Amino acid sequence: MTPNPKPSPPDPNPQRAAPYSLLPTPSLLDHHTIGRQYLALALVAVIIGTFLSLLMRIHIVWPEFFRNPPIRPEDYLAIVTLHGTIMLFFVLTTAPQSGFSNLILPAQIGARHMAFPRLNAASFWLTALALIVLLASPLVPGGSAISGWTAYPPLSAVASAGPGQALGMDLWLASIALFSIASTISSINTLVTIVRLRCEGMTWRRLPLTVWGWFTAALISIIAFSVLLAALLLLFCDRHAGTSFFVPTGNLVNGVLHSGGHPGNGSPLLWLHLFWFFGHPEVYIAILPGMGLTSMILANFSHRRVFGYRLMIATTLMIGFLGILLWGHHMFVAGLNPFASTAFSVTTIAIALPASAKVLSWIATTWRSRPRYTSAMLFALGFVSLFVTGGLTGPVLAQPILDEYLHNTMFVVAHFHLIMAIAGIFGLFAATYYWFPLLTATRRRPGRLLSERLGRWHFWLSFIGVYTTFLPMHFTGLAGEPRHYAQLSQIPNAAGRMLAATLPLNRHITYGAIFLASAQILFLVNLARSLRRGDLAPSNPWQSTTLEWHPILHPRAIAAASEQAVAVYRSPCEYRTSHAGEVSFLPQWSEDAATSIKPE
Amino acid sequence: MPSTITPINTEREKKRRLDDHDSGHGRRPPTDKRTGGGGEGDNWSDRPQGRRGPREKLGRARLGLFFALAGDLMFFIAIVSAFFVAQGTRHIDAYNRYVNEWLPTAIPPILWLNTGVLLLSSVTMEIARRTMFRENDVMDEWLGIGKPITRRALPWLSATTALGLLFLTGQSIAWHQLALQHVFFRSNPSSHFFYLITYTHAIHLFLGIGALVASLMGLYASRVLETRQILVDCTAWYWHAMGLFWLFLFVLLAFFQ
Repeated sequence: MTPNPKPSPPDPNPQRAAPYSLLPTPSLLDHHTIGRQYLALALVAVIIGTFLSLLMRIHIVWPEFFRNPPIRPEDYLAIVTLHGTIMLFFVLTTAPQSGFSNLILPAQIGARHMAFPRLNAASFWLTALALIVLLASPLVPGGSAISGWTAYPPLSAVASAGPGQALGMDLWLASIALFSIASTISSINTLVTIVRLRCEGMTWRRLPLTVWGWFTAALISIIAFSVLLAALLLLFCDRHAGTSFFVPTGNLVNGVLHSGGHPGNGSPLLWLHLFWFFGHPEVYIAILPGMGLTSMILANFSHRRVFGYRLMIATTLMIGFLGILLWGHHMFVAGLNPFASTAFSVTTIAIALPASAKVLSWIATTWRSRPRYTSAMLFALGFVSLFVTGGLTGPVLAQPILDEYLHNTMFVVAHFHLIMAIAGIFGLFAATYYWFPLLTATRRRPGRLLSERLGRWHFWLSFIGVYTTFLPMHFTGLAGEPRHYAQLSQIPNAAGRMLAATLPLNRHITYGAIFLASAQILFLVNLARSLRRGDLAPSNPWQSTTLEWHPILHPRAIAAASEQAVAVYRSPCEYRTSHAGEVSFLPQWSEDAATSIKPE
Repeated sequence: MPSTITPINTEREKKRRLDDHDSGHGRRPPTDKRTGGGGEGDNWSDRPQGRRGPREKLGRARLGLFFALAGDLMFFIAIVSAFFVAQGTRHIDAYNRYVNEWLPTAIPPILWLNTGVLLLSSVTMEIARRTMFRENDVMDEWLGIGKPITRRALPWLSATTALGLLFLTGQSIAWHQLALQHVFFRSNPSSHFFYLITYTHAIHLFLGIGALVASLMGLYASRVLETRQILVDCTAWYWHAMGLFWLFLFVLLAFFQ
């Protein structure tokens, strides 16, 4: 039987019920609140980022659509930069790693709070400040930075290199520096929470895979963001202190020799090393929580154990470890030593090993299981699909010789959008559909479910939209369409003819992008409607086995219940299906015999 | 790390007692006791989270600090690796020669003295840290008999602060001496790194002095002995780490130019 904790008598003296902190915890320090704040911030960011991507897609095929004011090439680059920076930092890093981890992680390990509530809040407000600084950058003279989210010097080190490279670039640097600090703080908090605050019986091997994802992502973000911070500092010194860490001798920008003030001898390649030492782990920070969640959701709705649980833990850690050793594959065309290219190519292909192990486990978990196709399940399956599709082009790009041709084409754009960006977003959607009852529940309000009907529509339209948008990009890339080009028409000579040949497919991509973006309106409608009027969620709506659905760890649990001890007795996902099709499951907190749930 | 095992249900205390002013440390004085005090096999680690003994919060803060210092180490490693890259980078100049513009910066001799001062400050800091955990004194303070910990820790903490300030003064003298030789931040790839490393380390140390001041104030302002211990302990580990980082950075600047 499931231990149904008897409602304890109401606390006679509620003031004393704050045993963990010296001061009573105001709601701004509550991890649920902070998680929701992060998610709200990510929602704002993703709306802005999507809007920017639509601007780009429309401009690339119909530049004449923007007449007054026109989008000049430098404006287009500013949009590229803002889109990349906002999406990668403020959506794909913030939402899974800080948003959902704050909301769900403590309960999943049987704790009632994060390790450092004040640092946690500080980290959120720093992130918000970073976003404000970034969004202020288009308003300053010259506009926002135009050097992409990678900000390669020497252009990013020279203020006169472009319209946004003066104050806009400084604001970009400031914003990312703030974000690095905030992320590091948040990761420290996550790590200490996982190491120290696990409840009784929650051994490392019983940790849900989502927690392993957060744990690994936090470990690598401590390593990666520190290096990024150092790189930002060096670039800032190059811009303002007259140093030349990255500024080479004889730096010719726009026909002007920029050696004045700089002693020279800097190496732009050094920035690439430092940046990609951060940049590559960054994509794993974005995707690892999604991978963990996918494993858990697939097992949950397939009513199966996760296939190869220990292997999944090992591959998560392995992906994290290998992820910090392969940054050089972003630099194959940057003049890297060919021997180094080979080494990085090997480590890059090696990461296919744990990644394929994950895919195999996902397939084996769901294989012939007759799962419940809820929206969360659909998005998790979509994650697997995107991960495979995007992953298949990985070994292609990992070959230096092929990358020479493909590196600056839309092929790479298609690759990383499928495997990292959209797969990450699908992970976030799965998380939202799955955890919405916990997202909406508070002490005073019950948890609600998102509408499954709208959710299914949302999934299928998004799924179709994603593939219509990003699959053809591979072909335009193979045909030679370069990245960062503001438009494909009105370009002279052979290059113009080559680009014009890709226009029909590009129009198709733009239609796809508009379709994909419109499909998200369904999600926004679903959110807005379900926040207030969604179906009330039962205490464990998905027959889940992990602790976040434990009745006394639920955000609704009364204060007195927070004094009750929580203990874990088994691994997650203990499902069993009898021959009659009856599913029984044991939550992690269940002490003994199986409880049965009715077959659908 | 607590080695948690599957709890045996019959022996588990299901609920924290609310009536006994237990603030999470099991009503124990924050001494260095490793066991739960319940005799054979009783271990704090077997207890539910939040009741794992007087040093649970301390351990948590310390672990957080260690993770932060690991990140900080990566920060310095990034700078040091950039140092070696810059040192090895060459280019072809206007006369078609393959040149390296690296002019080794001769470190001012006062840095040796500063290093000694910083190491000495680590010793005083460690003494201060240990006074916070002397069991008899902890019992005295916890029982409210006197303030022996504050009395003993105060001079050592002050000495550390003074030595830290002395180190920073020494660093600024070094910068001044280099400036007199017309070696500035912007002069040369080597001087970039000399100033960058010493500046960033000085900023870190400045934060450390802030933490020392906070600990000193905490000795009087904080009413909870555990908080005072956490403040001093974490400041001490931070300070030691900065000493260690400086040792490596100093060796780099002195011998690997």
